[in-house]
Amino acid sequence: MTLVRRIGTVLLAPALALLIAVVISAVVMALLGVDPLQVLKVMVDLGDTPSQQITAVVAILNRSLPLFLAGLAVAIGFRMGLFNIGVEGQYRMATIMAATIGAAVTLPGPLHVLLIIVVAMAVGAIWAGIVAVLKVTRGVSEVISSIMLNTIALGLASYLLTGPFRGSPDGASIVSTAEIGESGRLGGLNGVFDLLGLANPPRQLYGFLPIAVLAGIVVWVLLQRTRFGFDLRATGLSPSAASASGVDARRMVVKAMLLSGAIAGLVGLPDLLGRTYEYNSDFTSGLGFLGIAVALLGRNNPGGIALAAVLYAFLDRASVPLQAASLPSSVVTIIQGTIVLAVVVANEIARRVSRRAAERSSRQSGGPVPEGFVTATAHSPAIASEGTS
Amino acid sequence: MTESTPLAVELRGITKRFPGVVANKDIELRVARGEVHAIVGENGAGKSTLMKTLYGMHRPDEGQILVDGREVQLRSPNDAIAAGIGMVHQHFMLADNFTVLENIVLGSEPTKGGRLDRATARRRIAEISDSYSLGLEPDVLVEELGVGDRQRVEIAKVLYRGATILILDEPTAVLVPQEVDELFGNLAELKREGLTVIFISHKLDEVRKVADSITVIRRGTTVGTADPATTSARQLAEMMVGAELPTPATRDSTVRETPVLRISGLTVPGTGGGRAAVDDVTMTVREGEVVGIAGVEGNGQSELIDAVLGLRSPSAGTVVLGDEDITAWSTRQRREGGIGFIPEDRHRQGMLLEAPLWENRILGHQTRPPAVKGAFIDRKGARADTARIMAEYDVRAPGPDTPAVALSGGNQQKLIVGREMSAHPRVLVAAHPTRGVDVGAQSVIWELLKDARAEGLGIVLVSADLEELIGLSDTLHVMLRGRLVATVDPRQVTPEELGGYMTGGTEAGAA
Repeated sequence: MTLVRRIGTVLLAPALALLIAVVISAVVMALLGVDPLQVLKVMVDLGDTPSQQITAVVAILNRSLPLFLAGLAVAIGFRMGLFNIGVEGQYRMATIMAATIGAAVTLPGPLHVLLIIVVAMAVGAIWAGIVAVLKVTRGVSEVISSIMLNTIALGLASYLLTGPFRGSPDGASIVSTAEIGESGRLGGLNGVFDLLGLANPPRQLYGFLPIAVLAGIVVWVLLQRTRFGFDLRATGLSPSAASASGVDARRMVVKAMLLSGAIAGLVGLPDLLGRTYEYNSDFTSGLGFLGIAVALLGRNNPGGIALAAVLYAFLDRASVPLQAASLPSSVVTIIQGTIVLAVVVANEIARRVSRRAAERSSRQSGGPVPEGFVTATAHSPAIASEGTS
Repeated sequence: MTESTPLAVELRGITKRFPGVVANKDIELRVARGEVHAIVGENGAGKSTLMKTLYGMHRPDEGQILVDGREVQLRSPNDAIAAGIGMVHQHFMLADNFTVLENIVLGSEPTKGGRLDRATARRRIAEISDSYSLGLEPDVLVEELGVGDRQRVEIAKVLYRGATILILDEPTAVLVPQEVDELFGNLAELKREGLTVIFISHKLDEVRKVADSITVIRRGTTVGTADPATTSARQLAEMMVGAELPTPATRDSTVRETPVLRISGLTVPGTGGGRAAVDDVTMTVREGEVVGIAGVEGNGQSELIDAVLGLRSPSAGTVVLGDEDITAWSTRQRREGGIGFIPEDRHRQGMLLEAPLWENRILGHQTRPPAVKGAFIDRKGARADTARIMAEYDVRAPGPDTPAVALSGGNQQKLIVGREMSAHPRVLVAAHPTRGVDVGAQSVIWELLKDARAEGLGIVLVSADLEELIGLSDTLHVMLRGRLVATVDPRQVTPEELGGYMTGGTEAGAA
């Protein structure tokens, strides 16, 4: 009963927010002269044949992986009150470095992939570490410095891509790094569909999926079950109480930013290791910013972030079929935007409702102080250790 | 005080309940027009709750509020302002980077064509300043003003909004003696112009000096009124404390020889780069000893505590815990080394309000069982130990999973005390341990501190409650402007004498 209720209250707010967002979006569409029902039909229509449907699911899952990782990276910062807007720059730097180093070496399969992952995480962490060092030593707001480092990262990545890291021949239409060799790639997971007896589509499900799930579990355990996570969350809830409890606030900033950056370093890898095998001027952009929305939507909780990432990916996928049906694909952006707004509002309302409910139940169990209580305790020192009242 | 003119403010049977505690019960208050009416009571007696009711910050559960003989419903401070009631808060609410003029008009700006009408504002402020002798300079930035001037700006702010009844919440807590005299001069001007002042305080000497009549609050209810001309401070104190409250009678000394905390030559720089916040403080706490520190708030007590806990680095001096010099230790090392902490502001430093009680049990003890196992949080252990603390220390809450914010102040404080005691500290730093808690919790906390002292715990006690200090302390230091200026014997000293040392004057004690 209580568990059902708890899950119910956790899911109620986002579900309600989703509904409100859909209604608002429908109104906006109607105002623009677009039939909302038709849009909805196109969005949920994943295809006619089983193969098409599975392809759509694969597309959604593949898209959700980087969104999930970006959301996770942002959430680590949020949990301790740090706003890491720099995920965008962190994953760009991480991906180009990982792509270049990955292409430069040849190692036995798993080691090669592991090296690429480690490089990406290290570069992401270092790039985020700059933000942390600036904040701790010079008091620079992480919001400002991470935005600036985003711009620097984009510029630096372009320079590296067209200069020292260039792997494509002169005159190619897309500039790219050299391709990562066979051993450094992650094969698809489409074998799963055969096992489940489903149609096996031509599009490959990214092999990075289990790694992302693992990252989600590790982050969840770290935040919810360890001392480090407790210190981090305590700092987020009340920096003054955390430092009075012995948390070194500066060190915590550095650790949290390094962790956030390391996860951010993974954001580009599902695409890099599963599809492109190179970093190029056309590489998926904007994931860092979408991660902020995904983290908000998922309430900074790995499970919620996973759901939010899938929802965002589902909406993203719809933009192509919408264009095919000559409907404006920008409705996707409208829905995504209103969802974030509605969720932020709904979360706040849910928080207040649950606080009031807790206060009510506490009042019932507490009750007014009985009149004789003071006199009784004042003269019997034993009452405190007996705990009877 | 003739019966024909209606009373400026009358409260009938006001009752206000909070979760787990009745903060105000059957409050009766009658304030005549044109008088300074003091409301006195101990910390936690319910003065602030009463004033919040009168200023519309919350609504009473029962009772009537009458202003100028008419019953009013105060749903918000705006209603109170409309009824002519203004509040000067203890903590000033001014924008530092605005001028005096801008601060005064902020929120009710006179406008001309959509723009701030400075000429009108200036004229009205000049009128207010002249008629009440406030001596305001409209164009000075508030950040350049001293505490006394800021308070006058706050008063002007209230007058500007047309208040005829002013509530002053502990106005002297932040003032030095000369400023207190100036404030009393201002209050006399206000009175002369026919305004009514409700003056909240627990400083009896000041109250007797300034008030025309006094209402005493004890344990959430009004216990009577007194005429300051004929009532002695002693009699007032008895009314305030009440016979049935534990007069913290001196028990047998439990002080042992072994020092547990030695502070020598400790100096902490001030925040503004001015004079040192803590200036060359030397003191020793022995096993089983309560060392009290008396002082008007803002004389370096908070900074001293921060330095002992490692939250603020001293510029000179040493702190020795047992035999170890801990001056360079981190806060966590000090906590692990056996320093327990009851912070002065439990919401800021003692609790994670949004977190459940069992997580609050862990706070400050993140490195020790039963809350943790190695690098992991022991959720089961923490929950079980929270339940134990709740039972042993009478924390009234539904269970360990209740968020801390749902508890009343007294229950939050009992949880903090229980948590700190459960770690068996060698030294306990307790700042205002019974501030803002109901009287039941107050007695429990006092008993706990006494028991812990008997078991050999060394306690540093900072408090604004002189009875508490005198009753619990074995040694009592007085802190003034960052220095320990006097050490008195708590068995001999009276609150009046103590007050004299605290303000730097020696003429107190006359009462």
